[in-house]
Amino acid sequence: MCGAPDQAVALPPGTDLTKETVLTGRVIAGGEPVSGAFVRLLDGTGEFTAEVVASPAGQFRFFAAPGTWTVRALSRAGNGQAELTAAGPGIHRAEIAVA
Amino acid sequence: MKGDDTVVLYGGNNNWFAAYAYWQFKLYGHADVKLLDGGRKKWELDGRTLTTDVPERAATTYTAKDPDVSIRAFRDEVVDAIGNKNLVDVRSPDEFSGKILAPAHLPQEQSQRPGHVPSAINIPWSKAANEDGTFKSDEDLAKLYAEEGYDADKATIAYCRIGERSSHTWVVLHELLGYGDVKNYDGSWTEYGSLIGVPIELGAPAKQGS
Repeated sequence: MCGAPDQAVALPPGTDLTKETVLTGRVIAGGEPVSGAFVRLLDGTGEFTAEVVASPAGQFRFFAAPGTWTVRALSRAGNGQAELTAAGPGIHRAEIAVA
Repeated sequence: MKGDDTVVLYGGNNNWFAAYAYWQFKLYGHADVKLLDGGRKKWELDGRTLTTDVPERAATTYTAKDPDVSIRAFRDEVVDAIGNKNLVDVRSPDEFSGKILAPAHLPQEQSQRPGHVPSAINIPWSKAANEDGTFKSDEDLAKLYAEEGYDADKATIAYCRIGERSSHTWVVLHELLGYGDVKNYDGSWTEYGSLIGVPIELGAPAKQGS
């Protein structure tokens, strides 16, 4: 990943995006962000890896590793998932639509 | 908090950390401790009440009991269990096979060597939970372990990387299914995989049965 830092994703100070693989995105329902959705990270075999709670703006973030991932959200507005392939370090995005 | 209080624990990640606390409470002799099935997630998804009030409780004295080592395994017991007891490795298949040393998002604690304890079966801890974080039914749980070659007539040692995920499995085997001799090896792979002179296996598990 090169160029200007991405302002849309709040990363801890000192995060080295040449080394870290960050999976991030938003949970949305009908185009609106879903606050407080439970977002889980499943590895390429479908195995549970981690779970976070989406921010008030529906954002989630995982520090992961290169590979193929599924991000799956459960919320009171419904459930949904998205696939993500991270070829290497840097920021990788996905939007999860729940219904 | 007093020693005879009822303690109810809950958390995120299928009660992963709550189950670790549960095991610690049991280890030090707290009699009445419970897990809230489904943890915080199910509570919220069900739309149950939340509060920001901070409870006020009067200070008291808490005296932990002597550790109950019938539920805690140490490294030499793990070596002795090879080929004799159920060794249940509850990490992800990639950790079990030795492809990775730790979950991708948790690189902090790592062993010196990858792999697993010889004769261990691999049943990832999270397979015991439903998507809403609750435990699967007793029937489904018994089936899950049996299908992976778990022998309910043998003693068991469960381990993961630092003993937290395996606490969840310990709760399943010892508290929900009621199997008698089940221990959590909290030294887990971080200790075992850093020992000198112990046998280690690499690769995916051999398939059980037909």
